[in-house]
Amino acid sequence: MGPRLREDDGVGVFAMNLETLTQLNVERAARRPALVVTDIGNGDQRMVKAADLAGDPLEAELRKQLRMGKSGMIEAEGKRLFVNVYAPVARMVVIGAVHISQALAPMARALGYDVTVVDPRTAFASPERFPDVRVVAEWPDVALPPLNVDHYTAFVAVTHDPKIDDPALLHAFARDCFYIGALGSRKTHAKRLARLVAQGASEADIAKIHAPIGLPIGAVSPGEVAVSIMAQITAQLRLPKEGTS
Amino acid sequence: MLERDEDILHAAEEWKKAGHGVAIATVVETWGSAPRPAGSNLVINDEGTFLGSVSGGCVEGAVVTEALDIIESGKPKLLEFGVADETAFNVGLSCGGTIRVFVEKVA
Repeated sequence: MGPRLREDDGVGVFAMNLETLTQLNVERAARRPALVVTDIGNGDQRMVKAADLAGDPLEAELRKQLRMGKSGMIEAEGKRLFVNVYAPVARMVVIGAVHISQALAPMARALGYDVTVVDPRTAFASPERFPDVRVVAEWPDVALPPLNVDHYTAFVAVTHDPKIDDPALLHAFARDCFYIGALGSRKTHAKRLARLVAQGASEADIAKIHAPIGLPIGAVSPGEVAVSIMAQITAQLRLPKEGTS
Repeated sequence: MLERDEDILHAAEEWKKAGHGVAIATVVETWGSAPRPAGSNLVINDEGTFLGSVSGGCVEGAVVTEALDIIESGKPKLLEFGVADETAFNVGLSCGGTIRVFVEKVA
């Protein structure tokens, strides 16, 4: 709780205290979502960890704000509350240090994503080809666990090589990435789905894959394909989803 | 999800721990076309150094000026900026929107 201060012209009077700020920063550093709820009427302020939402008096309202990833004023229990949603920074993991990735990585960085490129083929995964981008020249089973891939991660598989893409996609399913895309024609993708199901993926899992990857904008060059992928990821991130009104 | 606010809130924490006076400005409401969504933070220290944005550059100067007073007084304020706002600071949003910015001292 923030300390209560004097009333000021009917405006909520409060101050973020250092303890709240520190706790909030701990949650954010750990990539755990948190909300700060401020009563504009009387100045009460508290931080709620997403993990502690169960049983909170405002559970339903806060869950809705968190799901939408949107901060704003809400009316609850006859009070005007400002809910600030602190969701983790979005990340992108790109499987395949290919030509498309060379265009996609800087584009994603410009949009605010932390980007990591994974490719066990050292000729592809060279720092010269990816200046200023984190490149991990390891197989997905080695590279991915330390990355702590989570829901706030856009996951893009573009190697065209099942030995590399398939295990990576299975990892993305397990981590519930908000976006999963895979390069390949419809025919290639149909074969991929059969392989993934044989390896234990559910129907719900494979339905999450955007393939052929990217919005249909007639993209030809690697840069254009990167635009189509980035636009699709942005749509997934920003457009309202069913049931979240 | 794409906000980089954790970096600036971290800076606010560091400033405060280093003994600086620190204020946090937060966009709490927006109407019409507003450049930064509700929840956006700007942090300011007592040397006038600031990080983040509440409007994309239109009203930051005024927010920083107010924030320095608030660091002194400890008294938070709700600021409102709009295109037709000629009363407060002679600054407004060229995009035509209106925003409310809450500025509080870190206690």
